[in-house]
Amino acid sequence: MPVSTENMVKVFERPNSLNESQFSYCPGCHHGVVTRIVAQTIDELEIRERTVLVAPVGCSVSMYQWFRCDGTQASHGRACAVATGLKRVNPNLIVFTYQGDGDLAAIGTAESIHAANRGENITVIFINNQIYGMTGGQMAPTTLLGQWATSCPDGREGSLAGYPLRFAEMVAQLEAPVYVTRQSVYDQKRIMATTRAIMKAFRYQVEGKGYALVEVLTNCPTNWKMGPVEANRRLADEVVKTFPLGDLVDRGQSG
Amino acid sequence: MGADTIDKVLMTGNEAMAEAGIRAGCRAYFGYPITPQNELLEYMSAHMPQAGGAFIQAESEIAAINMCYGASAAGVRTMTSSSSPGISLKMEGISYIAGADLPCVIVNVVRGGPGLGNIAPAQGDYFQATKGGGHGDYRMIVLGPSTIPEATEHVMLAFELADKYRGPVMILADGMLGQMMEPVVLPKPVDPATLPAKPWALTGAKGREPNIVTSFYLDPEELNMMDVKRESRYRQIEEQEVRYEEHETADATVVIAAYGSVARIARTVVKMARGEGIKLGLLRPISLWPFPYAPLRAIADRVDAILTVEMNAGQMVEDVRLAVAERAQTPFYGVLGGLVPTPKDILREVKRYAG
Ligand SMILES: Cc1ncc(C[n+]2csc(CCOP(=O)(O)OP(=O)(O)O)c2C)c(N)n1
Ligand code: SF4
Ligand SMILES: [Mg+2]
Repeated sequence: MPVSTENMVKVFERPNSLNESQFSYCPGCHHGVVTRIVAQTIDELEIRERTVLVAPVGCSVSMYQWFRCDGTQASHGRACAVATGLKRVNPNLIVFTYQGDGDLAAIGTAESIHAANRGENITVIFINNQIYGMTGGQMAPTTLLGQWATSCPDGREGSLAGYPLRFAEMVAQLEAPVYVTRQSVYDQKRIMATTRAIMKAFRYQVEGKGYALVEVLTNCPTNWKMGPVEANRRLADEVVKTFPLGDLVDRGQSG
Repeated sequence: MGADTIDKVLMTGNEAMAEAGIRAGCRAYFGYPITPQNELLEYMSAHMPQAGGAFIQAESEIAAINMCYGASAAGVRTMTSSSSPGISLKMEGISYIAGADLPCVIVNVVRGGPGLGNIAPAQGDYFQATKGGGHGDYRMIVLGPSTIPEATEHVMLAFELADKYRGPVMILADGMLGQMMEPVVLPKPVDPATLPAKPWALTGAKGREPNIVTSFYLDPEELNMMDVKRESRYRQIEEQEVRYEEHETADATVVIAAYGSVARIARTVVKMARGEGIKLGLLRPISLWPFPYAPLRAIADRVDAILTVEMNAGQMVEDVRLAVAERAQTPFYGVLGGLVPTPKDILREVKRYAG
């Protein structure tokens, strides 16, 4: 039976910063949640017409196709360098990168650290799903010890493959960053906290305060070979032990 | 007094190319130190901020070329420079710049190689510059100046070509051109505000549809379309942008083909040879891509030999042979390791084919 929408109130809609196209993420993937939060933030700050997004190489490679703002696509790992170039020649732009753990913390470690160390006035959204999603589930620098991946079939062995890289902690050692935080989206409370963190990171950029990093612990149901509910449980019970949640640096409050 | 107030100055090639860049309206320079190119970066560090542009000493050549990608995507005239090992690191970025149809000027002050090689002048990067270097089907306009005044002009030209054809343009200099001093007449400064608008640039989607700068097209049909479009631009470049110089070729029986610093030495050889009654000429490719195949072919029909001289093991000679197609002899003389051929050495080679 057709349902009449006449007396209904719209309480949830697509952010204005997104166009009509569908995300290419797998069902149940947290990428979609975080991407949507970014779009909402752009709406709320009314910065869509000033925003340039820098997509990485990873599952969010074609992110610029879903947003109604200017966008580009960087080579694997170099998003922070591309963002630096954009922002330095046009400081009026709001520039953000959105990068996976392989992109940001393996191949792009140098670019990511040095943009942070220069205090580039950009926002970096770091999707830590502890795996290489796009290429089919290989080990990432953030893969937990003992975690299975297609390129560590016996589980990650620290003495051979290194240890989970805590990028937020590394960046928090630097003098320039104004905001460094680690969040997750495995439940409603965490989604709200991530929303607030991403809002703060963008707001600091709008206010000219400088570099902000929001690391978000996310899932990869496809390559973890887990249902979304089980994946949420893994994040809450296991992953947060290696990657503790919370703000590491917030130098933007005053002034 | 800064170079911006005088028009004729004595400068090193590196400094002259940097100043020419600023005068060409370049407002973004990103680089990383490497000899024999350092003075270009250092000059930019002092003068680019004064011109109101962006300067960053990047953490690597990879970062520098990707900063160029970003700045160019924002619509600003953008430049980077390096020397051979650093240019190798830039190659992925250059491929992305070509794939995303972005203008960018890259100066390579070539040094001895492969590997760390040395810091002496060389021409071992000809293949890398003209035949690809980075991955995928792209071409890059490559200019090979042979004097500092010409290198200065080439910077201005490179920015014009990069904007016109929307792609990377390389100036293939060498350690000698970078380090040597010569009087140069600096070009009149271009006000970036007067340059043609770049409606494709990422300036914020205000009052228009979003602009996208990308080299990523998952659908083969779509990528094919982009590639074919770019290819047709490359054909246009081949038709319109071939540059070369002929010197004393009208009655020549032997012609030297040489570019860059070697061509400069070859001019001396022509004079020496003519003094001894040898009818020697010089064809100097100025654009190394697009290569002057047709002019070489025309000369090949009337001479006995075209002697290619390079500071490498024989790279441009392959293009010369392609052009000549056995219409004349095509010997090669090269010096390696960062050594520079003397006029006497070259003349001795010439004599093997003259008369
Ligand atoms: C230079 C280069 N090396 C490797 C690849 C292949 N590649 C594509 S995506 C990717 C890893 C992506 O993982 P991550 O950054 O964690 O993003 P995710 O897909 O998990 O969101 C790799 C290695 C590439 N495109 N370019
Ligand atoms: S592969 Fe993993 S990270 Fe990528 S979209 Fe699918 S679930 Fe998400
Ligand atoms: Mg990942």
